[in-house]
Amino acid sequence: MPDQQTTQLPVSPSAVPRRRGANTVAVLISGVLLGLFGVLGAGLVGISHDGTAERIAANQREALLQQLRVLVPADAIDNDMLSDVTEVAAPEQFGAPLTRVYRGRRAGQPVAVVLSPVVTQGYSGSIALIVAILADGRLAGVRVLAHHETPGLGDKIEIERTDWVLGFDGRALGDPPLSAWKVKRDGGVFDQFTGATVTPRAVVRGVKGALEYFNEHAEQLFAAPAIEEAAHG
Amino acid sequence: MADGYRQIVTDGLWHNNQGLVALLGLCPLLAVSNTLVNGLGLGLATTAVLALSNVSVSLIRNWVRPEIRLPVFVLIIASFVTTVELVMNAYFHDLYKTLGIFIPLIVTNCTIIGRAEAFASRNPVPRALVDGLAMGIGFTLVLIVLGGMRELIGQGTLFDGAQLMFGDIARSWRLSLGEDYPGMLIAILPPGAFMGLGLLIAFKHLIDRRLSRPRSTEVTGAETSAA
Repeated sequence: MPDQQTTQLPVSPSAVPRRRGANTVAVLISGVLLGLFGVLGAGLVGISHDGTAERIAANQREALLQQLRVLVPADAIDNDMLSDVTEVAAPEQFGAPLTRVYRGRRAGQPVAVVLSPVVTQGYSGSIALIVAILADGRLAGVRVLAHHETPGLGDKIEIERTDWVLGFDGRALGDPPLSAWKVKRDGGVFDQFTGATVTPRAVVRGVKGALEYFNEHAEQLFAAPAIEEAAHG
Repeated sequence: MADGYRQIVTDGLWHNNQGLVALLGLCPLLAVSNTLVNGLGLGLATTAVLALSNVSVSLIRNWVRPEIRLPVFVLIIASFVTTVELVMNAYFHDLYKTLGIFIPLIVTNCTIIGRAEAFASRNPVPRALVDGLAMGIGFTLVLIVLGGMRELIGQGTLFDGAQLMFGDIARSWRLSLGEDYPGMLIAILPPGAFMGLGLLIAFKHLIDRRLSRPRSTEVTGAETSAA
């Protein structure tokens, strides 16, 4: 036995047979004690939340900013993309009721937008992308934010694993032609992976959807007023 | 007294190891041990929660009536897990993202309530603290070994992603069997976790058997060695 050395459990009053009145008192005391521990626990969580909230928000902002900077270099724009944000309602293309669009400008002129489509046709669940599109409709780059694809097969869409996702750089809706915006197995130009076609197919579809949306709505995307960021931290 | 502590420590690290003997906390153990660094991260977070919860349970052990002790333990554990989660999110943000759902799931790790109930609620604070640390470190070691095994066999590396925990210096710690290592997917997928844990348990039994055999018969006993 692991715990032979333990001392005896403290003898508790409830172990002794009691009268009715005493029972009620015992239940009350238990209730109050339980409530007290609830308050203590909530207090602890509250304090640690207060102590870390600012840093967590800064972390999330920094992580997002790093992603954006990779796709849209800081010297190409002179505004703060994180505060030049608008929201669009296009669940068909982006997989969420409201999607944030980050906009980069230089001297007030549109340079690029960053869209974040979520494609649902992955091999296991949805794949979250960020797609940066230059004002002329070319792709500045694509990255995968989150996915549940098979390790060793579908996860080659991550930039940390392979360069596959760089194949989108500089592409646009006419380049390749619309009919070739597919993986090679479907008659398109984008590579699939041995043993995993579904994953790249889903990503290509998501990028294409984002480009199509941009082509139709570029002006509105840049013209829409920026929303207030503060509430989201 | 010193002997008592020695036993607490050897129980936690070996004789009653929560991962290999008690077989508690298998869900996080199997799910997160796909790389060494992931295992280490989850192990340390679990150890922190275990030590904190053991100390608090021991502190209040004489006030809490037996009939409400379980809900009180659960409250304490949940509060500490949330705190650890927030602290990790603030100070190890990238690692926090990698470990994802398994940090909040520390709440469901039976090791923690198991130690609260079986040990901390019957022992003074220092002993409860040592027990929490020993059990946590024992669990962490299993996570590290299993994670290292699976990472090495599965993708041919060790310390992949160490920079998530130790900063950019750690990028150079990454060991690789060579870029053309073909990888062995099954080691990274869940079946690999079960097989790896099975092998570790068998290995531990093998060592225990060797150790328990009297010295004098060791030479002759070796012929009938265990399968």
